[in-house]
Amino acid sequence: MLLFYHFGRYILFLSHMFSRPERLTVYLGRTMLEMKNIGIGSLPIVAIIAIFQGAVTTLQIAYQLISPLVANPVIGSIVSDSSMLELAPTITCLVLAGNVGSHIASEIGTMRVGEQIDALEIMGINSAGFIALPKILAGIIMIPLLIIISIFLSNIGGIIAGNASGILTPDEYIQGARESFLVFNLIFSLIKAFTYAFIITSVSCYQGYYTQGGALEVGSSSTKAVVTSAVLILFSDYLLTQLLL
Amino acid sequence: MIELNDIYKSFDDKEVLRGISAQFQPGKINLVIGASGSGKSVLMKCMVGLLTPTDGHIIYDDRDFTALEYKEVRAVRREIGMLFQGGALFDSSTVQENVEFPLKMFTRMSAEERLERVNFCLKCVQLEGVNDKYPAEISGGMKKRVGIARAIALDIKYLFCDEPNSGLDPVTSRVIDGLIREITQEFGITTVINTHDMKTVFDIGDHIIFIHNGEKWWEGATQDIKSSDNKEFKEFINASYFA
Repeated sequence: MLLFYHFGRYILFLSHMFSRPERLTVYLGRTMLEMKNIGIGSLPIVAIIAIFQGAVTTLQIAYQLISPLVANPVIGSIVSDSSMLELAPTITCLVLAGNVGSHIASEIGTMRVGEQIDALEIMGINSAGFIALPKILAGIIMIPLLIIISIFLSNIGGIIAGNASGILTPDEYIQGARESFLVFNLIFSLIKAFTYAFIITSVSCYQGYYTQGGALEVGSSSTKAVVTSAVLILFSDYLLTQLLL
Repeated sequence: MIELNDIYKSFDDKEVLRGISAQFQPGKINLVIGASGSGKSVLMKCMVGLLTPTDGHIIYDDRDFTALEYKEVRAVRREIGMLFQGGALFDSSTVQENVEFPLKMFTRMSAEERLERVNFCLKCVQLEGVNDKYPAEISGGMKKRVGIARAIALDIKYLFCDEPNSGLDPVTSRVIDGLIREITQEFGITTVINTHDMKTVFDIGDHIIFIHNGEKWWEGATQDIKSSDNKEFKEFINASYFA
């Protein structure tokens, strides 16, 4: 029953949020600021994860496929496809659920317990739209860009690790990656990225917006935002893979 | 003028407000007093639309606030200013940005006009030269004054203050009281204050409502307080006054 209650309230929150903004220029300014926070703020962690992810995947694939019957470029093709289809969007977004999601939920939760959301409502401002819409838009724009960067850096990590360990040369890696490249794989990856971006930002905004109590509950909302986003990401990962591949 | 007609509010089975009716006149300071848990804050939240009454009507100058559509409610709210207990300033914005916020959202003023208005409002609350400070960098009393400045940035008709003196020293409390009095008289607005502070009641109150267990037990002018024969009201006054 509680699941239906939260789902219903989440849908109402979204419908309320998408009502007409009071002043478009203010919303645009806030969206740009959130884009900077989400995009630039998350870039270092995304870059580190992507490089190591590509490097480790290359070494593990090479360990499993080491055979005179398997050509070296196959390793490059498997790593680049895995990065694009699963590792870059899903792992990166799980990390972003922790990083961006908890930040959004705690920021909005603090606004709630500090009566700042009540202050917005009393001024006649649609608080759900004013607070959440710029964050969701910023997430939907910036997270797919981060995923594209993550795919690129993941391959760079794979090339570096393959070359440093003497498993395959950069040319062999690139040859494998180019041979197996399909535009649909990139589109699939971006569909995942848009879906996960919406889940991370909207769920975190929802959890923060309905915080009740004090500092302890702000922490609790933040945790709920991360856990719920992570579960929904994994569930939608399965659903999208089943539907689209 | 604000009229409350037979306001009831329940949370599940618990009835918090029971049939409260009152009238708050413009240009007057109306005080809602009562012990903790008596229902003052719930009444104020119903009045500003943060809670919906279970029954009854709240009328702002012939507009039934409880029967309006959400868009119309938002239009009425633009005539309302509210001072929260903690100030409710936006942490990530400076004092200037906080006061400027309603102007940016609801007026077509240029940046220069907005700055002029912000400085005027800050001058009204005796705060000058703090435009670039963040809420975390100013004292509790200053936060309340910025809250008042933000509340009056637009031409409001109604001002609500939720325990404006809580957590303040006696000197700052009197400054805040004085500012509320000046603003109410100067702009002719209808002011409603929730308070426990009997000094505030006697210093600036024009019209008092005493709430006990969710019901209105006494209503009258400040000068009538001492002649009241209501036992609970007298007990509350004596306990508060000598506390």
